[in-house]
Amino acid sequence: MKKNDDKKAPQLLQGNEAIALAAIEAKIRFFAGYPITPSSEIAELMSRELPKYEGKFIQMEDELSSMGAIIGASIAGLKSMTATSGPGFSLMQENIGFACIAEVPCLIVNVMRGGPSTGLPTSPSQGDIMQARWGTHGDHSIIALYPDSVLESYELTIRAVNLSEKYRTPVILLLDEVIAHMRESVILPQKEELNIIERVKPDIPPEWYVHYKDSPDYITPVANFGEGYRFHITSLAHDKYGFPTRKIDEVKTMMDRLRNKIYDNLYDIIQIESYKMQDAEIAIFAAGVVARSAKEAVRIARKQGIKVGLIRPLTIWPFPDYDVQRMLEKCKDIIIAELNQGQLYHEIERVWSERTKSRLHKLQRYDGLILSSEQILSKIAEVK
Amino acid sequence: MREQIPQKIIHKYLRQKKHFPHVWCSGCGIGIVLGDIIRAINLLDIKKDDIAMVSGIGCSSRMPVYIDVNTLHTTHGRAITFATGIKLAKPNMKVIVITGDGDGTAIGGNHFIHAARRNIDLTVILINNNIYGMTGGQASPTTPVGDIATTAPYGVIERNFDICELAIAAGASFVARTTAFHTIEAKKIIAKAISKQGLALVEIITQCPVIYGRFNKKGSAVDMLKWQRDNTIPVESISKMPEEKKKGKIVRGILVNKDIPEYTKEYEKLIENVSKPQNYTKTHKKI
Repeated sequence: MKKNDDKKAPQLLQGNEAIALAAIEAKIRFFAGYPITPSSEIAELMSRELPKYEGKFIQMEDELSSMGAIIGASIAGLKSMTATSGPGFSLMQENIGFACIAEVPCLIVNVMRGGPSTGLPTSPSQGDIMQARWGTHGDHSIIALYPDSVLESYELTIRAVNLSEKYRTPVILLLDEVIAHMRESVILPQKEELNIIERVKPDIPPEWYVHYKDSPDYITPVANFGEGYRFHITSLAHDKYGFPTRKIDEVKTMMDRLRNKIYDNLYDIIQIESYKMQDAEIAIFAAGVVARSAKEAVRIARKQGIKVGLIRPLTIWPFPDYDVQRMLEKCKDIIIAELNQGQLYHEIERVWSERTKSRLHKLQRYDGLILSSEQILSKIAEVK
Repeated sequence: MREQIPQKIIHKYLRQKKHFPHVWCSGCGIGIVLGDIIRAINLLDIKKDDIAMVSGIGCSSRMPVYIDVNTLHTTHGRAITFATGIKLAKPNMKVIVITGDGDGTAIGGNHFIHAARRNIDLTVILINNNIYGMTGGQASPTTPVGDIATTAPYGVIERNFDICELAIAAGASFVARTTAFHTIEAKKIIAKAISKQGLALVEIITQCPVIYGRFNKKGSAVDMLKWQRDNTIPVESISKMPEEKKKGKIVRGILVNKDIPEYTKEYEKLIENVSKPQNYTKTHKKI
């Protein structure tokens, strides 16, 4: 892989490589990680590329420390990321919670593999969808994005970094093992086409500075360590200055803030793809690599005269409730296709109500292979 | 006319609003250590903006909230990992890690030895009170064999860590031990540790009269401070001492002070090498 100066020239890239390249473009300048299949290529590439941009790469002793190091670097002013897979993602949960409560921007790439435990290290699975949402303890909100191609891995990495900086939150990029290792010919966006969000620094005297300042859209300037604004950051519940508190009004304010900064900005955060849904009677709900098979199945079924469409979430957390509700009201049959035992199905079921009258159908695979378009087609034939 | 109000050194560094009284029990040694650290910083005359103080979880780790520098109170055992990120992002900052015997050598033991192996420029102040105080007195890796803790009601049977030996074996460039009693010595050692380029560990033996001391009939805080005075010997005088006087005593002072390559400096060299095209071809291996 080399940087191609020729405009619009296609490159042959892996999903993992696209993520590393996008991270550099998004001005990620710190990476801490620990080797794990199937995400290691991201760490390898970052170790090679970062020093060229005066960025820092460090291979830590485990994933607990990788997560700690990227939070530390982010607090000190560098855009930071790590990449891992299931077992490592489990270890990172502790400090993902820290990044949530302390509102530290950072990117965590989780290339999903079969679980639980060591599971299937080299096989695809969508088993970490719920872990991305609820992996760390306690009430919290999280943003998780989910690409379905190499090019989209590039685009969503940049978007993930932007959202994390804007909303001061950890953002998780979920990736299917297949996308991580698959090579596709892609034309990467030109630099001038990219919108890179930088952290807004305060321009007020240090004694006026409030680290968790109230603001209607929750977007406020943030000071970094070592730049003249001396403040406290803690893993404890805290007041708006960052100091520990147990006062019930201050704790509630903090907890509301953590939720509302995400849920008041759904319009900005949620992205879905709606494919041939205008007249669809059957809808497939699928994410990542399964959506690719589903798209193929939709194309074939349409040729056979079956009115079927696809809804694909690019933002998986917060869950696109509104779009799912519209789908449930519009279509009589919904096929939820996924590489797990029903993690997306449960979410759709939560949004479903008597009023929507649609029927939900499960299509699940969790044996280490992906769902093929044939399998999805036969499911369409079954529910039709 | 108003008289000149005398100002103590600590008043220049403490956050006065809201944070006092502090969380520590009466007789606790951690406040003494905070005073030592402040006096060391004052001695070195480092700007407050250039200092980051990072801690984990436990009695000792509550320290950063009281001091007016860039302060970060993290998760249990992980202070060194956050500090590693800060140091790499801002190599000119002085990063001080405050940890305890449980936080630093049990749950955070792996990070502790790897930071020492890397020899990254952090000052680790490990406050050893031989117990988990904040959670009510459970046995720690340094609770002496035979002593009582709430999770060792019949006495501890596990062998202890010698924290300084651990840091030396892992490769730290500066290793020292002192006590809450030896406050002048502590100030000097901490100042040297902060000035040292590389991982500097300072173990400070402190008293926990309310929990560890009470369980094990160690007497009052004053008795425990006297114990520190009577049961430690300075490393300088160890060669002159007869064997019987050294028996059972804890050695204090600077145990290791060596110049070895430091991680952030090595990384800066790496960046410089990679940025030069002629060096780049040498260092760059196609994978």
